[in-house]
Amino acid sequence: MNEIPSPAPAPAPWRPRIIAFFCNWCTYTAADLAGVSRLKYAPNVRVIRLMCSGRVDPQFIVDALAKGADGVLVGGCHPGDCHYVEGNYKMLRRFRLLRRLLKNMGIEPERIRLEWISAAEGEKVKRVVNELTDAVLKLGPLNLSQKAADWDKELAALEENIKAAEAEPAAA
Amino acid sequence: MIKLAINGKAITTETGRTVLEVAREAGIDIPTLCSHESLPPYGSCRFCIVEVRQRGRTRMQTSCTLPVAEGMEVQTHSARVLKVRMILVELMLARCPESPVLREMAREIGVPHCRFERVRGEKSACHLCKACALVAEMPLKPAEGLPSTFVNRSGCILCGMCVRLCDDVMKIGALGFEGRGMRRRVTTPFREPSEFCVTCGACSSICPTGAIELLRVRPQEPRPIPAEFDFGLANRKPIYIPFPQAVPRVPVIDKEVCVNFMTGGCKICEDNCQAKAIDHLQQDRIQEVEVGTVIVATGFKTVDPRRMAYYGYGVFPGVYSALEVERLVNASGPTGGEVRLRDGRTPKSVGIIHCVGSRDKKTNRWCSRVCCMYSLKLAHLLLEHTGAEIYNFYIDMRTPGKGYEEFYDKLLEEGVQFIRGRVGEVTDWAMTPDEEGKLVIRVEDTLAGFVRRIPVDMVVLSTGLEPQADAQEVRRLFNMSCGSEGFFLERHPKLAPVNTFTDGVFLAGACQGPRDIPDTVAQAGAAAAEALVLIDKGFTEQEPNTAYILEEECSGCKSCVALCPYTAVTFDEAKQKAAVNEALCKGCGTCVASCPSGSIGQHLFEDKEVFSEIDGVLAD
Repeated sequence: MNEIPSPAPAPAPWRPRIIAFFCNWCTYTAADLAGVSRLKYAPNVRVIRLMCSGRVDPQFIVDALAKGADGVLVGGCHPGDCHYVEGNYKMLRRFRLLRRLLKNMGIEPERIRLEWISAAEGEKVKRVVNELTDAVLKLGPLNLSQKAADWDKELAALEENIKAAEAEPAAA
Repeated sequence: MIKLAINGKAITTETGRTVLEVAREAGIDIPTLCSHESLPPYGSCRFCIVEVRQRGRTRMQTSCTLPVAEGMEVQTHSARVLKVRMILVELMLARCPESPVLREMAREIGVPHCRFERVRGEKSACHLCKACALVAEMPLKPAEGLPSTFVNRSGCILCGMCVRLCDDVMKIGALGFEGRGMRRRVTTPFREPSEFCVTCGACSSICPTGAIELLRVRPQEPRPIPAEFDFGLANRKPIYIPFPQAVPRVPVIDKEVCVNFMTGGCKICEDNCQAKAIDHLQQDRIQEVEVGTVIVATGFKTVDPRRMAYYGYGVFPGVYSALEVERLVNASGPTGGEVRLRDGRTPKSVGIIHCVGSRDKKTNRWCSRVCCMYSLKLAHLLLEHTGAEIYNFYIDMRTPGKGYEEFYDKLLEEGVQFIRGRVGEVTDWAMTPDEEGKLVIRVEDTLAGFVRRIPVDMVVLSTGLEPQADAQEVRRLFNMSCGSEGFFLERHPKLAPVNTFTDGVFLAGACQGPRDIPDTVAQAGAAAAEALVLIDKGFTEQEPNTAYILEEECSGCKSCVALCPYTAVTFDEAKQKAAVNEALCKGCGTCVASCPSGSIGQHLFEDKEVFSEIDGVLAD
C-alpha cells in the first residue's frame, strides 16, 4: 500500500525574537511589577537577569544578534539611581560605542535599545517592549546567519567567475 | 556681708546691692515706675523714696540708687514716706491724668484727687474727684478745648526708660529726650518718623504708663511674626516655645528677628534667665556619627490648598485648611479652643470638603488614607464646640480601622450631614438672599442626582498627604528608590514592607506612603526590630556573586581598577595584576564586563553562563 504523504506544514509566519538584559534591582523589579499588575504586552521579549546593567558586556549583545535575535533591549536604573552607584553610566558609554560599531556593520541601530526603567515603572516596561517589538517588526528579521551564508555564496560565485575568466585565455 | 534693718527687720546681704533689690527680696514692696532688671538704676520717677537713718541722721533717698551700708535703718512705709508718695502721685497725675497705671497707684495710695492745675486758668482734668467714684470708671478722654502743646494725652512721665532701653540695651537709639523743664519730652531726632526704629516694641512694652505709641515713632505697622505651629492664626515673639508638647520643651530664639542678632544689644532674656541657660553665641555644630543601620522616617507634608484655586484658600477668609482648624479646636491653640472665624464670628454652618489634593488626576492620584477619619473627627469637634450645621462632602467614606466605622455611625446619629459628591467650587457670589455674606459650596449630590449650592460660614479643606519637598535629595543620600508618587520604595510590599533594596537602610512611617498613627507606630517597631536583627547577629551575610581575577590571564591593563565604586578592585604592584577584595565587592559585575581579556569572572554570572542563557532563550 502506498502511504499518502501528509502535506508539508506551511512555514510559520516570522515573529520577532528580542532578548532583554535587565538589571536586577530596577528594571527586573519593574517587569515583575508589570506582571503582578497583569499588564498585557508583546510576548516577543525574552528576559535575561543580570545584577546591574554595568554587567552587560557588548559581547553579549553581539552574540545575541549573531545567534538569531532580531533585537536587543537593555534596561537599567535611571542615571543617579543605580543600585551600585554608577554601573548604568558605564553601560551607557559602551552602548553608544556599540551602536556606532553595529551601524558600520550594517545592522540597523533601531534594533538595539537602552532604556532607564525604575522599579515602580511597570507601565514603562510594557510601553518600551511594545515599541521595540513594533520597530523590529517593521525592520524585518535580522537573520545574521542567513546573511552570512548568503555572503559566503556570493563569494563562492565570485571565485568561480574569476577562475573561469582565468581559464579562458588559456583555452583560446 | 552687710547687716541692715528694713522696717525693723534685720537683713544680712552682700555688698554692692541696692536697698530696693534687698527689700524686694525680703518681700517688702516698694513701688517703682522707672526701674527694670535690664536697666541700671536711674532714680527719675522718685517713687521708691524711703526714709534712711544712718549715723544718727535721717534723710529721704531713692532706694533704687542707694547701695546697702552697714548699720542702715530703712523705713519704707513711714508717715513721711507715704506723704511724699502721695504728693508724687498728684504731681504725676497733674501731668498725665489719663494714665491708667497712675490712676491705679493713686487709688492704692489713697489720693482722693489731684489738686494741681495742669494748664494755667484751667482746672485739672484728672476727673478724679468729679463723681467721687472709683478711678476705673472714669472716662479716659481729656477735657475738650485744651491746647495740644501741654496736653499730655499719652501719659509720659519722663522716666526715661524707653530712651535708655532703646539706646543702651537695644543699641538702636531711635528715641531721645528733647528740651528742658516743662518742654522736656521724649521724641525721635527732629521729631521725624524714625528710620532706625526696628519696631521691636521694647519701648512700648517697658513704658510704665503705656504712653508710647509705636506708630508715632515709626509710622508703619510692625510686621507680625506668625507662629509656624499655629499656621499664622496667632503671632509669636522672637523667643518662643514652639508648641506646648515640644520635646525638649525649651524656648528657641529666632535669629531672623531677634534684636541681639541685629544690633548686638537687648539680651533682656539672658538677663532675666535665672538658670543662665541662654547663650546668644551658640553656633551650629556639624557632628559625624558612624552607624551601621539607618531607619529613614522623614515623614510627609500636606498638600498646599492654594494649588486648588477653585476652593478659594487664601482668597476667602472663611476657608481654612484642616490643620488650621485643628489649632482652632485645640485648647492650647490661638483661640483657646473657641472656634472663631477671622472676623470674630462663630460659624453657624461649616462645610468640610474631603479629598483635597487626593484621588485627583490633576494633583495626586492616590488616596491619602487619613483624611476621611480626621474629617470626621473635625466634624465631631466642630459640632461640639459650635453646635453649627456641619456638612461633609465626600467621594467614598474610608474608615477601615478599629472603631472607625462605629465612629462614622455615631456622627450620622449626631446629625452631621453627609453629601456624596466632589465639590466643584467655593464661591462668595450669592444667587439668592440667604447666600449673602456666606461662602457657597457648589457640588453635585450624586445620590440625589442634581447640583446643589450650599451656603456655609466656614469651609474646611481636608488636605491630603504628599512626599516631603526634599524627598528626592534624601533618597539619593541613602541610594533608595522611590515609587511613581515620590514616596520611598520598600523592597517588597507584602514580604518586606520596612526594608529597602539596600541592606541596613530601613523605612518607617509616612515617608513610605500615607498612613495614620497606629500603622506608623507598628511599622516603626518593625523597622527597629529589623535593625536590631542586623546589630544583634554580630555578622552579616554577603551575596556570593562577587568578582574574582584569573591571575594567569590578567595583563595588568588596569581597565577594571578605576571602575569600581566601592574601591574593591586594586592593583597589586608586586604582581602587576589586579586584585579583588571580596569583602568590599558588592557583585555588580561592571569590572567583569570591562575586562578586554576576559580575566575577571563573576560568581553566578559568568560570561559562559550568560552565553548559555542566550542560547537557551533563542532555542525556539
